[in-house]
Amino acid sequence: MKKHILSGIKLTAVCLVFFSGIYTLFILGIAQMAPNQGKGEIVEANGKKQYLNIGQSFTDGKYFNSRPSAVAYNAAGSGGSNKGPSNPEYLAEVKQRIDTFLIQNPEIKRSEIPADLVTASGSGLDPNISAQAAKVQVKRITKIRNINEQKLVHLIAENTDKPLLGVFGPEKINVLQLNIALDKIK
Amino acid sequence: MNTEIIGIVAMFLITLGLSIPLGKYIAKVYTGQKTFLDPVFNPIEKLFYKISGIDATKEMNWKQHMFVLLTLNTIWFLLGMIILMCQGWLPLNPDNNPNMTADLAFNTAISFLVNCNLQHYSGETGVTYLSQLFLMFLQFVSAGIGLAAAAVLFNALKERTTEKLGNFYNYFIKSCTRILLPVSVVVAVVLLFNGTPMTFEGKDTITTLQGDTVQVSTGPVAAFTAIKHVGTNGGGFFGTNSSHPLENPNYFTNMVEMIAQMIIPFAMIFALGFYLNRRKLSWMIFSVMTIGFLALTVPTVMAEMNGNPEIEAMGIDTSNGATEGKEVRFGAAASGYWSIATTVISTGSVNSMHDSAMPLSGMNQLLAMMVNCFYGSCGVGLLNFYIFIILAVFISGLMVGRTPEFLGKKIEAREMKIAMIVALFHTLLILVGVALSTGFPEQGASTLNNPGFHGFSEILYEFTSSSANNGSGFEGLGDNNPWWNITTGIVLLLSRFLPIIGPIAIAGILANKKHIPESAGTLKTDTTTFGLMIFSVIAIIAALSFFPALALGPIAEYFSMK
Repeated sequence: MKKHILSGIKLTAVCLVFFSGIYTLFILGIAQMAPNQGKGEIVEANGKKQYLNIGQSFTDGKYFNSRPSAVAYNAAGSGGSNKGPSNPEYLAEVKQRIDTFLIQNPEIKRSEIPADLVTASGSGLDPNISAQAAKVQVKRITKIRNINEQKLVHLIAENTDKPLLGVFGPEKINVLQLNIALDKIK
Repeated sequence: MNTEIIGIVAMFLITLGLSIPLGKYIAKVYTGQKTFLDPVFNPIEKLFYKISGIDATKEMNWKQHMFVLLTLNTIWFLLGMIILMCQGWLPLNPDNNPNMTADLAFNTAISFLVNCNLQHYSGETGVTYLSQLFLMFLQFVSAGIGLAAAAVLFNALKERTTEKLGNFYNYFIKSCTRILLPVSVVVAVVLLFNGTPMTFEGKDTITTLQGDTVQVSTGPVAAFTAIKHVGTNGGGFFGTNSSHPLENPNYFTNMVEMIAQMIIPFAMIFALGFYLNRRKLSWMIFSVMTIGFLALTVPTVMAEMNGNPEIEAMGIDTSNGATEGKEVRFGAAASGYWSIATTVISTGSVNSMHDSAMPLSGMNQLLAMMVNCFYGSCGVGLLNFYIFIILAVFISGLMVGRTPEFLGKKIEAREMKIAMIVALFHTLLILVGVALSTGFPEQGASTLNNPGFHGFSEILYEFTSSSANNGSGFEGLGDNNPWWNITTGIVLLLSRFLPIIGPIAIAGILANKKHIPESAGTLKTDTTTFGLMIFSVIAIIAALSFFPALALGPIAEYFSMK
């Protein structure tokens, strides 16, 4: 019995070195060959560094707005709302979001608003919106920025990510990428 | 056809296609045949044994196997408590995260030890990088323990009479080095090249396009996320697990992570067939499990894609499904599929918030964990299924008036007693836990995030997830307090080790019995009829005993909605 305990302790030490140490260092080594040395995908905007995959809060009317977030896009503390589908408080909140959206975008019909634009994501850091969610914001942005509507429709089409290999999963738009491109339109 | 549906069908078929050759490889590893990885791992394993002073050729009986298993786990638990409670003082803590409280460390150490990975902390603020690396070690070894236990079962099912069932250290080390490690390396590399970080730098501060200052948590995520799935552990690096855009950046990584978590549970079923040379038995087991899996998956995917009727009633466009708690890049179908996959195979990682899922999806997630053997976790899923096989053999034996036998061994009262205790223990742990939490509302109900029936589901989910060693949660529950930390910690311990020791004991006892050659009078166990029999036993024992609890939670919520 004592022998097993002693062997167990030694085996634990070896496994720790191997699985926590060597495995980690090996992956860390490969990371040096990955994009941006394994520090996350980066894009530059106005000379500032941005994480492409981390959703940002866009609440300003002149930008395509991102989805609601339970943690206000705090990338150091992700989280969802965890509200149940029948929770009356939650449903009232969604209703409120729809009404606010209709006030900010008076040309849009209620039935055109896609659900993702008025519900919070799981991580609170969703970098994407659906194509429909971008389309319903075009009229507002056209007015504020005073640019051609057709240009914006074109911009959305350009920035829509097709399903993986064209067949797997949904279509989506990276809001940050879209807004960076939007800022470039003169 | 809809690209979201094609995506999930592809995930299932790719997993199945890859798991058959992997199963063949696993069978070779456990029988000690030559494999192409021998030149790499033979010297490494020799070094492991030499340093630890282990003779990996000495065969053990089932009690010795279980003794080694429990000894190793005790050592890891104690080490885990020390590291988690002192993490603030130890190195690799760039974000200056604090020490864990005793009750949280107790829960976390046990939870990772038992392959559950219930997390009552949030990765960004609750643990340091050193603790993450230690938890990652537990993710390897706890999965290794499960696989090794299944290997003992494989050995015991061979047609012979013996007490000696191989060497536990041998099975354990080989499971970690030759099965879990290579698959994890592949997955980690794929994640790296898709934007998952792997760095030891602390939080980064950026200014967003709109001008806000935001801190961004990173860390050695790629290495961690790989074994989290390959070992069916499920503990997320970040608080929101695989819905976090750094932990699961796009649809491709989502597919890879999904395949990574299902492949070993699938492969183990086929490994059993290759090991015993009874492929038909493997396909019978696989079919029963798959029917169960599909029965839960199809309605869930449909419910999620149809969207929330309450929100639809507000007059907006819900054609992209129930989007609360879900990420746009995965969509409703892949989120619904993941939620059932992760609960049947006991990973417990999530790519959407289960708390916000539709009522019937929540019920299916609960049922998946209540049954706990449609595929099941690394190794342990098969052990759970073995219990149901024993019960089904016994019942059908009595029904047709034959001596109940499985693979040439007579099943008698002693084995049946163990099997029944194991089967009912899961129910007992869940229902007693739920009853206590609802009975003392200042402990249970005060921590809920949602009112009414859904609140009850939160309690039910927490205990079901603990007892199934799953680790996902209705995360709205405020679970970082002594009540939840200690009660679920105890449930975790009991529900991990009894369902391993029970089946191994049965297998060990059976292996030692006289082998009766197959004859015309033998009850065939690899037929459709017998498959149906097992399915009915599972439905009666696992599902029906939970029906009243489900009726109070998700079913009541479903009928209360518009």
